Amino acid sequence: MSLHTLSIAELSRGLDKGEFSSVELTRYFLARIAEKDPALNAFITVMAESALAAAAQADTRRAAGQAGRLTGVPIAHKDIFCTRGARTSCGSKMLDNFVAPYDATVVAKLAAAGVVNLGKTNMDEFAMGSSNETSWYGAVHNPWDLSRVPGGSSGGSAAAVAARLIPAATGTDTGGSIRQPAALVGISGIKPTYGRVSRYGMIAFASSLDQAGVMAPSAEDCAYILSDMAGFDTRDSTSVDRAVPDYVADLGMPLKGLRLGVLTEFMGEGLEPQTAACVQAAIDVYRRLGATVVDVSCPSLPLSVPTYYVVAPAECSSNLSRFDGVRFGHRCENPKDLNDLYKRSRAEGFGPEVQRRIMTGAYVLSAGYYDAYYLKAQKVRTLIAADFQRAFSQVDLLVCPTTPGPAFAIGAKIDDPVTMYLNDIYTIGANLAGLPAMSLPCGFQDGLPVGVQLIGPHFSESRMLSAAHAYQLETDWHQKLPAAYS
Amino acid sequence: MSLTRRDVEGIAHLARLQLSDQDLSRYTDSLTKIFAFVEQLSAVDTGAVEPMAHPLAGEAQRLRLDSVSESNHRDLYQENAPLVEAGLYVVPRVIE
Repeated sequence: MSLHTLSIAELSRGLDKGEFSSVELTRYFLARIAEKDPALNAFITVMAESALAAAAQADTRRAAGQAGRLTGVPIAHKDIFCTRGARTSCGSKMLDNFVAPYDATVVAKLAAAGVVNLGKTNMDEFAMGSSNETSWYGAVHNPWDLSRVPGGSSGGSAAAVAARLIPAATGTDTGGSIRQPAALVGISGIKPTYGRVSRYGMIAFASSLDQAGVMAPSAEDCAYILSDMAGFDTRDSTSVDRAVPDYVADLGMPLKGLRLGVLTEFMGEGLEPQTAACVQAAIDVYRRLGATVVDVSCPSLPLSVPTYYVVAPAECSSNLSRFDGVRFGHRCENPKDLNDLYKRSRAEGFGPEVQRRIMTGAYVLSAGYYDAYYLKAQKVRTLIAADFQRAFSQVDLLVCPTTPGPAFAIGAKIDDPVTMYLNDIYTIGANLAGLPAMSLPCGFQDGLPVGVQLIGPHFSESRMLSAAHAYQLETDWHQKLPAAYS
Repeated sequence: MSLTRRDVEGIAHLARLQLSDQDLSRYTDSLTKIFAFVEQLSAVDTGAVEPMAHPLAGEAQRLRLDSVSESNHRDLYQENAPLVEAGLYVVPRVIE
């Protein structure tokens, strides 16, 4: 039985009807990981023993009639979420020896819902990267073409879901780290509104931008997981105290009358023609389904990338100052004094991209440069948010490509940071403005998946997921599997 | 703008990173490229614009009551420490 092609809804129903147990499901996916992950490198840690124990517990809970929708469903967590008693590396040598003493709220909430965690997925080091090549644990390979990147930073989650090694996985998105890899491997991925999902226990990169989300084959799958992930948490001071809708029940919201704005700034120069054609075809599907489609302009949006590369490194240099070789993480041998301890522990523990971003941040925050860089960028950020706000007075959702083109070759951009950064040009705006956004598979360019992006106003996840679901009822791009993993 | 090697040495000290000569050359080159790229922000007219304080308009960082909410987990947390002695984190001598 090909359990790996079942949706979360089908897995939930199958568990309910006793067609298979959670232990059987867990064994099935663990075997699939053991067989197929060596070629992908999507997992940093596989947690077979604790997964099987959790699965047995889920089966008991279901037999007792106490199961929720997700009880017994296997998933994996990006290795940025603290998991008590298990290594939480954040893709870094710095934390290679770090065993989390507590669970992230996301991990705890999903465990309480009965979800079975199969392991921790590979990622760019400290989530800094767009290709998964900066991981201390090595690059992840794209299941559609092993010589290509799966995108990043949630590249392990993306590749694992695309190869159906796992039905869904968590991710985090600071500048596109859920949506860009989702697009490059042909799956769905949602970054919710800033503050919608707790950041407690999620290792911080840029705190005003970071948000946790879901990666799964379909928008419906994402709705299932997000419903149990989202919610207020007193332990995260930026968590928003607001009721969480049942995103699954809301999937049926009618599409007719939806006002969809095409982001004109992102449909021209720099966009590869075949990718543009796939996105246009997706827009045509919406038109056919009864949406009103208009062009919308956000003139400040092209400034997203330079703004991001001031704000994100500034916050990263501050957040990563906690890695000092004293309380946890890597420590150098025989430090001669305290400064030597700090400097060598950090130089040995952090990889080149992380070091570069820490230095960029240290510089833009330093005396004499703060106003010119950081304050300036925060002002431009206000302009970008205002552009979005104006757009959402005219339309319900914005649509644009997720990336300028399909997955690039491993090694192609790693030596040129600015070229690498420009890969996130279409995704960063939503982070700067705290908006929810998602990527959906919408076609292929030379055999490689292409994604279309939806961006909505704050807390419009229900609207966005239902619009995505309507599209996926009409198309089957999200069901396409790479031949070696079908 | 172009950064000098000396600038990068200064930044690396601020960031508490011990860099080799080879690293310094590499970062001087890539940081120069990054700052040249973000330089385009200086051309934007932001005269009357307030810097963003929170991604959600009207929201502010929540404060909690100044009361004890956590119990002591020192032993558990110190399991991750590279070097501890009698419940204390050990660092090189700071005061002679």
